[in-house]
Amino acid sequence: MHTIICSVLSRTADASVARENLDPPGFFVDLNLDQIVDGITAGKDDYNLRPLFHAPQKDVDEIVYRQEVMRDIENTVAKEKIESFAQEMRVMRQQLALANKVSYRYQKERWFLDAVEVYCEAVQSLARNLGLVEVKSRGLLAFCEFLEGYVASEGFSSLLAQTKKLTSDLSSVHYCTLVSGNRIRVQMYESEIDYSAEVEQTFEKFKQAAVKDYLPKFRTGVDMNHVEAQVLDLVARLYPEIFQDLDSFCDRNAGYLDETIAAFDREVQFYISYLDFIAVMRRAGLQFCYPRVSDTCKEISDSEGFDLALARKLVVEGSSTVVCNDFSMKGKERILIVSGPNQGGKTTFSRAFGQMHYLASLGCPVQGREAQLFLCDRLFTHFEKEEDIRNLRGKLEDDLVRIHRTLSAATPNSIIIMNEIFNSTTLKDAIFLGKKVMEKIVDLDLVCVCVTFIDELSSMSEKTVSMVSMVDPGNHAVRTFKVARKPADGLSYAISLLKSTGSPTTR
Amino acid sequence: MKAFLLFKDEDFDIQRKLPSNEQELMQDLELETLLGAMALEDKVLLEVAKKVILSTLNNVGAIRYRQDILKDCLKNPGIVREIYDVAAESIENERTYYLGIFSNYPSTILHRSVDVLQMFVGQLKRLRAIADRHADEFASEGFTRLFAMLKAELNEEYFARIQYHLRELTFRDGVLIGAELGQGNKGAKYVLRKQRDKQRLIKRIFAQRLPSYSFIISDRDENGAKALAELRDRGINLVANALAQSTDHILSFFTLLRTELAFYIGCLNLSPKLAGKGEPVCFPEPFQPQDHRLSFRGLYDVCLSLSVEQRVVGNDANADGRNLMIITGANQGGKSTLLRAIGLAQLMMQCGMFVPAESFCSSICSAIFTHYKREEDTTMKSGKLDEELKRMSDLVDSLVPNSFLLFNESFAATNEREGSEIARQIVRALSEKRIKVFYVTHLHDFARSFYDRRMENVIFLRAERKTNGARTFKILEGEPLETSFGEDLYRKIFGADN
Repeated sequence: MHTIICSVLSRTADASVARENLDPPGFFVDLNLDQIVDGITAGKDDYNLRPLFHAPQKDVDEIVYRQEVMRDIENTVAKEKIESFAQEMRVMRQQLALANKVSYRYQKERWFLDAVEVYCEAVQSLARNLGLVEVKSRGLLAFCEFLEGYVASEGFSSLLAQTKKLTSDLSSVHYCTLVSGNRIRVQMYESEIDYSAEVEQTFEKFKQAAVKDYLPKFRTGVDMNHVEAQVLDLVARLYPEIFQDLDSFCDRNAGYLDETIAAFDREVQFYISYLDFIAVMRRAGLQFCYPRVSDTCKEISDSEGFDLALARKLVVEGSSTVVCNDFSMKGKERILIVSGPNQGGKTTFSRAFGQMHYLASLGCPVQGREAQLFLCDRLFTHFEKEEDIRNLRGKLEDDLVRIHRTLSAATPNSIIIMNEIFNSTTLKDAIFLGKKVMEKIVDLDLVCVCVTFIDELSSMSEKTVSMVSMVDPGNHAVRTFKVARKPADGLSYAISLLKSTGSPTTR
Repeated sequence: MKAFLLFKDEDFDIQRKLPSNEQELMQDLELETLLGAMALEDKVLLEVAKKVILSTLNNVGAIRYRQDILKDCLKNPGIVREIYDVAAESIENERTYYLGIFSNYPSTILHRSVDVLQMFVGQLKRLRAIADRHADEFASEGFTRLFAMLKAELNEEYFARIQYHLRELTFRDGVLIGAELGQGNKGAKYVLRKQRDKQRLIKRIFAQRLPSYSFIISDRDENGAKALAELRDRGINLVANALAQSTDHILSFFTLLRTELAFYIGCLNLSPKLAGKGEPVCFPEPFQPQDHRLSFRGLYDVCLSLSVEQRVVGNDANADGRNLMIITGANQGGKSTLLRAIGLAQLMMQCGMFVPAESFCSSICSAIFTHYKREEDTTMKSGKLDEELKRMSDLVDSLVPNSFLLFNESFAATNEREGSEIARQIVRALSEKRIKVFYVTHLHDFARSFYDRRMENVIFLRAERKTNGARTFKILEGEPLETSFGEDLYRKIFGADN
């Protein structure tokens, strides 16, 4: 009876901790996390990794557990060793797929045998290689211990021995087919001489300088035609014992694949795919760090953070440099009110804030040089939605309904990210509604980022911190995409533009 | 099997690179005329003659090896042409066996190869018959070896063995294919095996039969028939390749035989043309470079002779021990002709040919270069003297010790004083570098300055002129004279007006 003995993703191997979710959380698209996960899992469809990236963890120690494993894989040669293991396991899966695909019994059985052979080899070398690496994480230590025991187990040793014997038996099979008219006779090889060589030798004396080859390419697919299959059946009759062994090998070992190893093969890709993903950005000079995570302390901060989805796009395109931003909340500060010129990086800032909290809850390194983040029970986003014509409520009403729903569901341990709320109403209404909503948030003691044109919100409470998207000090029309902590000055983009073009000398 | 008719121990590579000054040699020595007479409009003969003549041999033994073969050829022209025809025919015939659109199937390749080999065997038998009948009539090392090889390699037993294989390869008793189990237990490492029954008939009767099983592809099973054909093709793939390559090798043998004989056929074409008008030819005596030999009697310009009806004038000289020959004298007195005659004779000697002379002895040179006065440079890139100096400089870069360098009116594009000084300096430098120089010149100051120093290594020749101004085209040993008889020419052309 197989069960998973240990998991590199969780302290507990059983399913009591949810390690995967089929569907992404609701805020995924708002925060462009969908693009990030697309990037991470690209080319790894085999592993079905998305559900792992859809399951944020609620427990600080679960996160630390994962951070430990990630550090181990990142800092040692373990990654390289695990990758070569993964490569072999991919080969094994291809062989199993072939075993399922091909039509003839002995063909299927041989592909199955080959798959098992590759599996044994992969497991052995992983055990050998990981034994040499000094890992510290609880996750990898537990797995290594398991692996050692598994390789030494009688079950595995016997699987290995059977595989070796059968492979060598099959490679000793030499036969001859006599094709004569439309009859094929299959017989054992009796040391008949290589006739090609004899013919070649006959004409040896004419040998001059090298001449061209007359060797047409034959199709090399794995498929067998029915003539080949019949020949193979007859070969099996010539060597009945070997092929009986093959039959029974396949019957006995259908469930050869250990579940813990299979789970490791998949789950470890969570780490490898993420590290590969951020490696590209690290090479471009961007920083990632393992955040300190707390589910009680709301004093949070990050230095040199950035929007991971945007950065990925820019780095891949090789275009402009990625703008990094800092933030910190101290004491009673809970709410970042982000204002300033349009297109000045405010939304990007708010996304980055959400992304890093989410990625931190997966146990991943996050954008920035150093980070202290809050492990929330739930994350809410409120981004402007396309108008939904099936929804007959007006846009303002729609906004309010959504906010109400959010605020009702939120607890003091939730995070809310609001982007451009109440854009669709008059300034007076917007100020009024904004303040009302903000009062609720203040009352709930929520951690919040609010992107808004309503400057008044920035100084509402001791819990708010004002952040402003910056323009170039020398030229107000040039936006820097920098968002910095600073009192809201009501300087919108339009005014900054006017200032710069109007009278240069008055600046 | 090798022909080895041009070299004692290597094949002649028709693709070999010609010397970098090929163009100049062709032009300055008018080689087209000589090659044309050898080739008689046969492209193969032309190409081979050109390649062989321009690829000079640099050792006495190699030259004698060819001379001996050529002597055999001149003695037995009919037999040599017969051998050539066998080779040429084999090559022509081979082209008529098409592979066609099924060239990707081993069975087609095999089938064609069997046919071609049957044809080749016929031709090889002809060669063998010639060897049997005529070997005694040849004395040269090259032909003796060739005939001996044909006799040794192509004996009856060998022909029988080929016939046996060609019959076997039609697989009347089926194709026996050895195999192992490859990926997914598919057959792999297909090898054509020789059927045991054929190996030892007697043993088979006593041998214990191992089990075997068989099945039959039904006539209606088209896919089965295809699969069967493919299996068969996999089995015969290697042998088809081996056989096809063998036909290519035999074809290469015939090709080499033809190529190497083509040179001698060219000589056989040339010889009667000269003999027909009573021009002498002789086998020259090659000497080592350090022997510093050059002497000839009755040396004439073979190209000039080939382009006129009557015989042309031959010249004598003994320039043994000299490394500088300065030829002066009357315009149109035969100076350039002699220069060309020397160059051509040297080239012909060094490819193993007979030479147009009553006798010719010469040390072999490592390469022949020419520096002739050229027509005005039409590209206007440089002045004429500049062009000559540039050409000289390029030439110097490719010179090697013991080269021949033929100057014809070089450096005459400027005034005599400057031209003479340039020529002097260049010739002196060349002599020091062990380059043998032949210099046709009007530069009296240049010629005179060497003459006055009475140097032992210089020979002076002069175009003869009768007192009445008529030319004999004879070049005799003699000191350079001040006038170049331009006056004669003037008188001849303007004579009527005076």
